[in-house]
Amino acid sequence: MTGKPASLLEVRDLTATFHRDGAPSRVVNGISFDIAPGEAVGFVGESGSGKSVTARAVMRLAPEGSSIEWGGRIRFQGQELLSLTEREMRDVRGRRIAMVFQDPMASLNPVMSVGAQIDDMLVRHTGVSTRAARKRTVELLGLVGIRDPAIRADDFPHQFSGGMRQRVLIAISVSCQPDLLIADEPTTALDVTVQAQILRLLMRLRRELGMALMLITHDFGVIAGMVERVYVMHRGDIVESGEVDTLFAAPKHAYTQALLAAVPRIESTRRPA
Amino acid sequence: MTGAAPLLRVRDLSVTFPPRRGRPPVRAVDRVSFDIQPGQTVGLVGESGSGKTTTGRAILQLQPVTGGSVHLLGHQLTGMPRTELRKMRRHMQFVLQNPYSSLHPRMKVADILAEPLKVHGSVPPAQIPERVAELMTLVNMDPAVVKRYPHEFSGGQRQRIVIARALAVNPDFVVCDEPVSALDVRTQAQIVDLLHDLQAKLRLSYLFIAHDLAIVRAVAHRVAVMYGGRIVELGDADDVYDNPAHPYTRNLLEAVPVPDPARQRAKLADIAPDPQFRGRDGEQGPCVFGEDHAATGASEWHEVGPGHGVSCRFWPPGITPPGRP
Repeated sequence: MTGKPASLLEVRDLTATFHRDGAPSRVVNGISFDIAPGEAVGFVGESGSGKSVTARAVMRLAPEGSSIEWGGRIRFQGQELLSLTEREMRDVRGRRIAMVFQDPMASLNPVMSVGAQIDDMLVRHTGVSTRAARKRTVELLGLVGIRDPAIRADDFPHQFSGGMRQRVLIAISVSCQPDLLIADEPTTALDVTVQAQILRLLMRLRRELGMALMLITHDFGVIAGMVERVYVMHRGDIVESGEVDTLFAAPKHAYTQALLAAVPRIESTRRPA
Repeated sequence: MTGAAPLLRVRDLSVTFPPRRGRPPVRAVDRVSFDIQPGQTVGLVGESGSGKTTTGRAILQLQPVTGGSVHLLGHQLTGMPRTELRKMRRHMQFVLQNPYSSLHPRMKVADILAEPLKVHGSVPPAQIPERVAELMTLVNMDPAVVKRYPHEFSGGQRQRIVIARALAVNPDFVVCDEPVSALDVRTQAQIVDLLHDLQAKLRLSYLFIAHDLAIVRAVAHRVAVMYGGRIVELGDADDVYDNPAHPYTRNLLEAVPVPDPARQRAKLADIAPDPQFRGRDGEQGPCVFGEDHAATGASEWHEVGPGHGVSCRFWPPGITPPGRP
């Protein structure tokens, strides 16, 4: 890396304040970070650290059933997202920034075939005809590793396993070739062998489509192989950031050290008495 | 593993779910056998749908059993009359995954912990408050907080309360079903330490059911790997983790992400094999170990080391067992 890379995403002094029952509570305390074009960046932390809210801030999505007030600046490709109208923001979501969530079932429409859901996205964001969209939909389902994509496109979400549903969701999220893919605990609900397949898929898509990746996870094992840089979050603050190899080899902040020390190791030599 | 009589003995345990909506019956647990020694932990690992939770429930007789037997402290639980089974329940307890839903939201901690004491008549009513305080201390919590409600506690504290409730009646055996999977990593480590301490102090035996192989390694003396309702590998934890013999076990261990960037990148860069673990029910001729089970009538189980065995089922074609050409 020579010089400072032009940022794809530049976040400065971001705050997030929930308003519930009239009492404001701040969950993100003025954090700043950057993501370069094509770069993979991880956000790791425990529950309540503010990592998911930070991801949602970039999409300007309030968690369900709550109202949230954003502060600070979020510049994406030179455009200030926090000052866009909701309508302008809808054009950014899905097309330029896409998001994959933990629970694929909750993110899919249960009464619409998966193909129709992807067609819909393509028609809405790229203005192609329904017929052209279906052709692209079948390509996308093939791209994410679904066998017989032309046939499976007519199946409904409940006809897919958890891992296959997450593949469908990933197909939807990359359908408009976004420049940034945000993945919030994308494999937390999946079995470990399926998790490995989905992580490989995300790596491959990132390479093939040249997307930047913002990966949110509580799992140091997942983050280790997926990203170039890591931000460690704790109670709404970024407590440490750095290049992934350095951060794992020599964590500086006591909180990062404590988290890493608590991770159970599969090659553990620690035995029960 | 010879000598002492096992605390728990499970033999050929089977659970079949009846046909539903035109679908055939499902053998959720298929001839599962293992022992747990006093004061020891057996880890039961497997992916969703492998039958591990149903196995735990069937052992505790919370799930109708369709075949096989379960002995606890020498008493056969399968087919035991209800009144007798109720008496056995104080020897066997259950700790579930979700500390948010397994505590009654409108009961104070004192009442939550007193309930099993009353049900089993374990201590005279006058001594209940004392025993409740003792239980709180046992799980490293301040007895002064027993007047509070569950929502006033963090996830880790609630799981301590769930554990205290399980221990109220002085059980010998506790089934822990994903006891730490809803918790943050530091809290997980604390609960694992607590379970260790309690085991040492009270000589408890655990069946520790989890999908997280790293956590199981930290708690289990022996490990059973389940797939398709069967145990495909069983052995001392070190043997199974360091020298996995069944291809499914190897596949499972290989998939676990490791918190080491260089190694984890290499793992993800590998072209993932997607092996088909096929059954061999009704197959004729020799198994992968060269034994014709239909002819010999022997169980489809093969020792690969002392106390370390694998099933010859679910063996993908082209893979040979260790030690065979």
